[in-house]
Amino acid sequence: MKKTQEKQVNPAGFVRGGAEIVKAERAEENVVTHRLSIPKAWKMYVGGAFVRSESGRYFQVVGATESADATTTNIPLASRKDFRDAMGVAQAAQPKWAARTAYNRGQILYRLAEILEARSEEFVRSLVRGGATEAEAALEVAAAIDRSVYYAGFADKLGALLASSNPVAGPHFAFTVPEPIGVFAVLAPQKLPLLGLVTTILPLVCAGNTVVAIGSDLDPRTVITFCEALATSDFPGGVINVLTGRAKELAPWFVKHREVRAIEAYSDDAALLTELERGSADAVRRTKTHHAVAREWFFDDRRGQGLGFLERAVEHKSIWHPVGL
Amino acid sequence: MQSKSPAVVEPVEPSPARRIGLFSLFSSPTVDAVALEERAANLAKRSLKKEAKVAGLKLAISMMDLTTLEGKDTVGKVEQLCRKARRPMEGDGTLPSCAAICVYPNFVTTAKKALEGSTVKVASVATAFPSGLSPLPIKLEDVRRAVEFGADEIDMVIDRGAMLSGDYAKVFDEIARTKEACGPAHLKVILETGELGTYDVVRRASDIAIAAGGDFIKTSTGKVQPAATLPVTLAMLEAIRDHWYATGVRIGMKPAGGVRTAKQSLQYLVMVKETLGDAWLTPDLFRFGASALLNDVLMQLEKERTGFYQASADFSKE
Repeated sequence: MKKTQEKQVNPAGFVRGGAEIVKAERAEENVVTHRLSIPKAWKMYVGGAFVRSESGRYFQVVGATESADATTTNIPLASRKDFRDAMGVAQAAQPKWAARTAYNRGQILYRLAEILEARSEEFVRSLVRGGATEAEAALEVAAAIDRSVYYAGFADKLGALLASSNPVAGPHFAFTVPEPIGVFAVLAPQKLPLLGLVTTILPLVCAGNTVVAIGSDLDPRTVITFCEALATSDFPGGVINVLTGRAKELAPWFVKHREVRAIEAYSDDAALLTELERGSADAVRRTKTHHAVAREWFFDDRRGQGLGFLERAVEHKSIWHPVGL
Repeated sequence: MQSKSPAVVEPVEPSPARRIGLFSLFSSPTVDAVALEERAANLAKRSLKKEAKVAGLKLAISMMDLTTLEGKDTVGKVEQLCRKARRPMEGDGTLPSCAAICVYPNFVTTAKKALEGSTVKVASVATAFPSGLSPLPIKLEDVRRAVEFGADEIDMVIDRGAMLSGDYAKVFDEIARTKEACGPAHLKVILETGELGTYDVVRRASDIAIAAGGDFIKTSTGKVQPAATLPVTLAMLEAIRDHWYATGVRIGMKPAGGVRTAKQSLQYLVMVKETLGDAWLTPDLFRFGASALLNDVLMQLEKERTGFYQASADFSKE
């Protein structure tokens, strides 16, 4: 395959201003065919469907010059209402997701790992287009796949690890069981568009929550490609919803939505994180902020994953039961 | 030449014969389904914001027939619903009461008592709701009892089987007899549009219900899907409009079932205003039959007041 950037007329006589025309040479037949490339309309992932912003707005990203695809692309710029709509979808999906067996949630997470593995080359290319080096990208994709498998295995074990039978002074049994919290609003890390998102949202859905996440706006195409993997991995629509847009515009709405039961936010913007913490005080909403986290942290299996992530995804319910009944 | 004084038309209560005569039951206009659906979809695109939205939502509350029609209804639930109809939200005295409570006949006494001293009316379903497939004397007795218990409004169902098999006379007669049995109570005629199949049948059923004496026409029982939709309501509003043009009599409209969100309620209000005008934007001539709608409207009003999107868990279900 050879690519030319200059304007050409295809055999049917159509001229497409500025569009890239791929000139393919089939050597064995010695035929030259011309065709227009078909650029993809990049869309956000809400309720199991790919959607544009209700506002009709876009922002543009440019591929890294070293990548094979250095074109400029339009990405939906999510609005407050997109967030509200996604919240409605996530909220509707949550009880059914939590009602699935932990084993089944684990299977679905494993399926995600399978799909990521099958498309790993595409993810590497995508990350390189987003500015990573070939080696960095390969490392990030591998870590993301392994992390999916990690949480796939954890789904039916976190109950055993986090629940307890409590010794109490009296003729009662007291049990503590972990339960999902509800809908999480997530501000995913800007760096590491794939691994950052995976690290943040998978423990939440593993524990039975649903998620509305704002993906990295530095490399939104990798975020959306990850959503395409989600869409083909047996996750029911609405469990993971991903918006593309500006954190500064969208994240403040996290705390203005009472259905947001908990927040996980990664950002280098300390003021924004403080705003989220302060805004959550009124509703006593569980809010975990992570300021300027280093890249290595995400790759470190002892810090970037673990039971602690799952503990933040559940709330504990204690039940007292009289002995002898 | 004799100069004529400007024509003054005295409002005359039209005779039943005139109501029927002007509207021959067998010449209902056909409905252009494509145009109807397109017009309904277009009207649904209006966007109401800020003050207009708040005013619209408050109007919607005042038009609501808060409904519970379940086999598992209890005195306690009906009483709780009555409290909610009187005062939709604790701590907000600016909100109007709902228009009515809609219950089964056995709960009319309970509701009447719980609503004493308020403006909220009691509507009772009757005539062997929801199927309407009982002998006419039983259906009429059902109506008389409900009125005796104190119902201000009766929601009857038509015999959809008769309607679909073309026995329009039977449909007409049953409505007329029910109207008679209602006495002072207002009569709402439920067409159950979800079972009528086409807009043409809906239009014809509307014309029959109006001619036979219904004070309101109502889309659905809430027991059949689809229930109220924008296009089917528009078809019925057009029947009301044509009747008004012909006779000057204003018939009311009640979409019921399927109106769940504040946004939908505003779409219905826009449609009523555009089809029938401001005169119909009153609980006397337009109602919503709903149970889930009220909470969504309250959540939207709270959102406008506080700037925070609300959680449904913070609002009482009844």
